[in-house]
Amino acid sequence: MPFTPKAAVKEVQDLSFLVARAFLGFFRRPFYFRDILEQMDKIGVGSVVVVMLTGFFTGSVLTLQSASSLSAFGAKGLTGRLVAVSMVRELGPVLAALMLAGRVGSGIASELGSMIVTEQINAMRALGTDPIKKLVVPRVIATTTMLPLLTVIANTIGLMGGLFVAVYVLGINGTVYLSSAWDGLTYTDMLGGLLKPLVFGASVAIVGCHCGLRTHGGTQGVGQSTTQSVVAASVLILFFNLILTRVIWPPS
Amino acid sequence: MSEAVLEMKDVVKSYGDNTVLNGVSFQVRRGETKIIIGGSGSGKSTLLKLAMGLERPDEGQILIEGTDITKLRERDLAQVRIKIGMIFQESALFDSMTVRDNVAYQLNEIGTDEEEVEQRVRQNLGFVGLEDAIDKFPSELSGGMKRRVAIARALAGEPDIMFYDEPTAGLDPITSRKINQLIITLRDLKGVTAVFVTHRMRDAFTLASQYAENSNGAVEFHHEGQLLCIANTRFLMLRDGKVIFEGPDELIRRSDDEYIRRFLA
Repeated sequence: MPFTPKAAVKEVQDLSFLVARAFLGFFRRPFYFRDILEQMDKIGVGSVVVVMLTGFFTGSVLTLQSASSLSAFGAKGLTGRLVAVSMVRELGPVLAALMLAGRVGSGIASELGSMIVTEQINAMRALGTDPIKKLVVPRVIATTTMLPLLTVIANTIGLMGGLFVAVYVLGINGTVYLSSAWDGLTYTDMLGGLLKPLVFGASVAIVGCHCGLRTHGGTQGVGQSTTQSVVAASVLILFFNLILTRVIWPPS
Repeated sequence: MSEAVLEMKDVVKSYGDNTVLNGVSFQVRRGETKIIIGGSGSGKSTLLKLAMGLERPDEGQILIEGTDITKLRERDLAQVRIKIGMIFQESALFDSMTVRDNVAYQLNEIGTDEEEVEQRVRQNLGFVGLEDAIDKFPSELSGGMKRRVAIARALAGEPDIMFYDEPTAGLDPITSRKINQLIITLRDLKGVTAVFVTHRMRDAFTLASQYAENSNGAVEFHHEGQLLCIANTRFLMLRDGKVIFEGPDELIRRSDDEYIRRFLA
């Protein structure tokens, strides 16, 4: 499809309709608790390892980089603080969300896309089920609730990785590192760091579902939807991150 | 044989500039089997999707048991759709579920208790002869088996009317015959109303000329021969989005319309 202003407006309109229908679906029976739990397991538990790895390496590399910059000012002792604040405010939420866009968003888009192509969605409608309630709502709920938890895991492991590098590579005292990390964080940081993944999680799921459900043109279409979902979700995450950062931590 | 289960009145449907259905009207009465034939792209599958409420017509009315479904909201359409059992061209089984869960799908949705679900699943799988496949996944089944599971799944909800969208497409002649015999059994022994879409005249004439009989618990199939006439099965032929023939098989065989003669040959 060529990119025209008309197509873009249509896209936003379709996406808004999906959000509205998914939102209404939260409140109307039937509720699919089993599907929600299943998706939470698949999306949440299934992503723990990849999120842990992301957190660990990010925390470690951040410590390495910031320690060398800070030591130029003789402030090597503040490394923990810098790592903690960067992880909790920015890197934890954003990187966990980007990993989820790659792992979960693409999965949702390809699964729903295949179901469209093989007429399983139509079969579902024919059997009297609303696919929005049965497929979209559980995925949105699961992703939105699981991403904040995954972010907490990523942050924790990131700080651990940082601690490991600080102590064994840079020779910083572990207690100094941890106490400066603890001092650096405020409640706003923690709440803001949890609000971000809530928004990101919803974006990943909604974009994945939207791209999947509008798939057309056979197997090739499924591939296209999958790619589009990852690109769109990633860009949306970065965009919302900018907005949310500006709102939560206004420049003084 | 009086009340119309499905009725279309002047239905028009187009995709972009392509008019697929251009003023189609017909009725399917209770107990009747309507065989819809036509070349590829004549709007046969679209017709079923419209009748199911999966898509909406541009003009005209579609009545299911007297309710006009063209004006219903998606939420209310679900109530209409559960009256209809649909067999999709490629079976459209849920490939993340076992055969059992596929067949049980609709029953689980409406919250039937487990024991009854299990019993009805076994009963319907027994009817299509696939009780052994109950724990398999669709990917482990052959095309013909998938089609039979799809029939069992549609039957589980005890629909008032069945839609078959080219149920024998891509199957070998022997498997096709099995599927056709299932459909004949449903028609003659259970009185199921049906719309059967196909472009294979062989299948269409099998349906129009064979009948099933229950003899001491076993189902037997007979040819109507010269004396009998199967009255509950009628043809409807589509061409370029219009109905060009409607009536029993005896008449379509004798039609002198050039297009129909070429189609039958």
